[in-house]
Amino acid sequence: MGRKLAVLWAVLLAGLAFPASVPASAQDGGKQGAKLRVGLQQQFDSLNPFLGYTLASTEVFRLVYPTLTTYSQDDFTPIPELAERWDTSADKLTWTFHIRPGVTWSDGRPVTAKDAAYTFNRMMSDPAASTANGNFVENFETVTAPDDATLVVKTRTPQATMLAIDAPIVPEHVWSKVADVSSFTNDQMPIVSSGPFVPVEYEAERYLTLRANEKFWRGAPKVAELQFVNFKNSDAAVQALRKGEVDVVQKLTPAQFDALKGEPDITQVKGQGRRFYEMILNPGAANSTGARIGTGHQALTDVRVRRAIDMAIDRKALVERVLGGYGQVGGGYLPPIFSDYHWTPPHPRPFDIAAANRALDEAGYARGADGTRRTPQGEPLNFDFVLHGDESSDAQVGEFVKRWLSELGIAVELQPVSDNQLNDRTVAGDFDMVISGWSANPDPDYVLRLQTCGARPSPEGGGNTDSYLCDAQYDAAYTRQLNEFDPAARVAAVNQAQERFYDQAAGLILFYQNSLEAYRSDRFSGFAMQPKGEGVITGQQGYWGYYGAQPTELAIKDASGSDYRTAALLLGGVVVLVGVVVVLIVFRRRKTADNRE
Amino acid sequence: MADLLAGAPESTGSGGARGRLGRYLAGKFGGGLLSLFLVAVLGFFLFRVMPGDPARTMTRGAPVSEEQLVALRARFGLDQPLWKQFLDFLGNLLRGDLGTSYTYSRPVGDLILERLGPTLLLVGTSTVLAVVLGLWIGTRAAWRHGSAFDKGSTSVALTLWSVPTFWLGLIVLMVFGVGAGPIPGLFPVGGISSPDVPDGLVPQVLDVAHHLVLPSLTMVAVVYAQYLMIMRSSLLEEMGADYLTTARAKGLREDLVRRRHAVPNALLPTVTLIFLHLGLVVAGAITVETVFSWPGLGLLTFEALRVPDLPLLQGVFIVLAGSVIVMNVLADVLYRVLDPRVRES
Repeated sequence: MGRKLAVLWAVLLAGLAFPASVPASAQDGGKQGAKLRVGLQQQFDSLNPFLGYTLASTEVFRLVYPTLTTYSQDDFTPIPELAERWDTSADKLTWTFHIRPGVTWSDGRPVTAKDAAYTFNRMMSDPAASTANGNFVENFETVTAPDDATLVVKTRTPQATMLAIDAPIVPEHVWSKVADVSSFTNDQMPIVSSGPFVPVEYEAERYLTLRANEKFWRGAPKVAELQFVNFKNSDAAVQALRKGEVDVVQKLTPAQFDALKGEPDITQVKGQGRRFYEMILNPGAANSTGARIGTGHQALTDVRVRRAIDMAIDRKALVERVLGGYGQVGGGYLPPIFSDYHWTPPHPRPFDIAAANRALDEAGYARGADGTRRTPQGEPLNFDFVLHGDESSDAQVGEFVKRWLSELGIAVELQPVSDNQLNDRTVAGDFDMVISGWSANPDPDYVLRLQTCGARPSPEGGGNTDSYLCDAQYDAAYTRQLNEFDPAARVAAVNQAQERFYDQAAGLILFYQNSLEAYRSDRFSGFAMQPKGEGVITGQQGYWGYYGAQPTELAIKDASGSDYRTAALLLGGVVVLVGVVVVLIVFRRRKTADNRE
Repeated sequence: MADLLAGAPESTGSGGARGRLGRYLAGKFGGGLLSLFLVAVLGFFLFRVMPGDPARTMTRGAPVSEEQLVALRARFGLDQPLWKQFLDFLGNLLRGDLGTSYTYSRPVGDLILERLGPTLLLVGTSTVLAVVLGLWIGTRAAWRHGSAFDKGSTSVALTLWSVPTFWLGLIVLMVFGVGAGPIPGLFPVGGISSPDVPDGLVPQVLDVAHHLVLPSLTMVAVVYAQYLMIMRSSLLEEMGADYLTTARAKGLREDLVRRRHAVPNALLPTVTLIFLHLGLVVAGAITVETVFSWPGLGLLTFEALRVPDLPLLQGVFIVLAGSVIVMNVLADVLYRVLDPRVRES
């Protein structure tokens, strides 16, 4: 047994110490293998653009499939993409998009209005095809393509979001052969594409490789290949960046971001985030018929109590302590990254515990013998606060809020639960306070709608409410913005909605978290940030980030020779040597043992 | 632990030796099948009582209308009454259909099969190494028990065993993946293969082996202690036995006494243990796979839990529990083959 073991060991050592990552240098001409590798911490749920909705998947769709319009890199204004220009009828119900000539699919066929019409019609007629982007076509009456260059969309009601149709357009000649969209994985490579990149290689949960589309109408990208590499552990992704196994990492925690400070050849990107982080005070949840549901506390239906609670929350402290400074203090509903629609309260409620206490005194919520305030009816102000159990930021926010509210004479019970339970309790209205948050889009309609009366659940369930706010003034402002086609007037309506939302204090926007990224500046430069200034590379509303990436001399010269490989060879050799010595010793010992017999 | 899931009662009938064997096997396999059925039932209902509306879970954060939610529920059969869903589930299961994953919109069976390979590679390699290492050190430790080697190796193994796998994995990753101080980063920090390896069997096998080092090192470090301890204690039990004295009295050299007489007998309980572990180790790979982004079953489970993706969880649960049951039955049968005393009793 000993001898066999020794041989096995030797073979193993020899095999494993071999540094196998043979460089793939300059294999296919072109830009000589300048490959941009992005560490991804999310999986592609599906490469089928009708099904996939994770950020990872939608990011790929933006690189592969055309959209009618896209968002400008500088400031998120809608700009022409596949549609060169458009006209609207006087009643704003008919939209005519003029398709850009000369755009082709990667298999050489032209991209026409018929492809777009096919895509939208499929979404309107096939429930499976409406899984990911069905909301865009909900209000569509008909979509037709009278000729290859013209697409006509008729809507049921006027819709100001028509230039924000962010749905990928697929090639009809490929997809008309797909009978069942819900089971079509679309992972047959290469995928027929018309964007700046063409997917050419895919290993689920491992990587997706895309090659530059030389025929892209805006011009070929500057990198030869773009590769998304899956990581399930953000620490490993950061280590891979350090080591040069990937060039870009995203979704860093403040600690990881700080740890990269001062690293040579690594540049940190502190971009503004698209997400708002919100604490909801149950304003008296009701379903769409107006019937009260859930277990919300009576005191919270009083807007004076909600405002007092808001005054007891020190948002600056939360940004400093919970986000490590990487974020902005919350105020308006839409995050500052969307500067057109971001609104800052002109007279924000100050952080002032004493004033909050006075307000509660005046409103008639007196302290009982135990120091806890009571409603005029005598019910103590004990609130449950539902949090995501697996998110440390929730736990920290919970502790801070609990302490601040205790100074108001309000008892808070923290209830960390699973995401699922949290969603469940939110939908059922079974909470006093709950953490929420949404990623906003450049077009504010979707998140604004969450706060309307119409978003409340029907008696059978359904609906998509966030805070259960149901307020006539808010709804009026919401409807105005949806029907407003003049940009400035629409901004005004959106701001009115936000102002009313802030005033009602049902959803307290606590902060907007930064989106933290880092990249290898020794290998790439020229990433086009969106928006300009404090923008991000990954997860953009468009393809600008990767499209603009410029390989450095180093990235072009060698897709191979990082120094560690020499070291690996050296150390590998040492390990093999040690293995051999061990084998020899074991054999010698065996031999002498045999002799002793 | 051995009979935790195999609920079959030991057959205690009398009769001819062959009849006894038949009954024994029938009992074991029957029990195994019964357990598999119970697992399927449990798997179905366990994941139904979990709170949460799956359709909402699937779409939280994605813009969907109420009609879409209805369509989604219909697509996954969630609009059917529970008993109907259960019957469908059983019928499909018998045909080997584990349902469709919410997140991937793909058959669960395909997903599991895809991930099974990497997991078996990782778990298999680690188990072989851990068993070899554990048995080897365990034997030596027991033979020289009380010595410095015994104390040293046992405490090292127990220390590694008690270290949290996740933490050990991260340390290993940072030291040997990225490099620390004088140690250069020798191994990849994640994944099962590099995307840019040239075609050809040899470079690809070497590439996978290169990626395999750190995760399997971590797994071996954590689990070999069990084999060591079992081997050590079972060998210690044998060491006082009369047949060893007899063997020595025949003039056999110490080395042979150990290898030919003591170790084979001490191996008996160890073999059972190894089989049982093979069933459980797949589940144990979850943390290691997560740390090293190893695209296996463990990682699939981890992802499914986060969503949570009920059909996928259910499928993984059935496959994992099934593997424990199968291994359990195999261990029982094997034990009977290996140890004549079980046959007698």
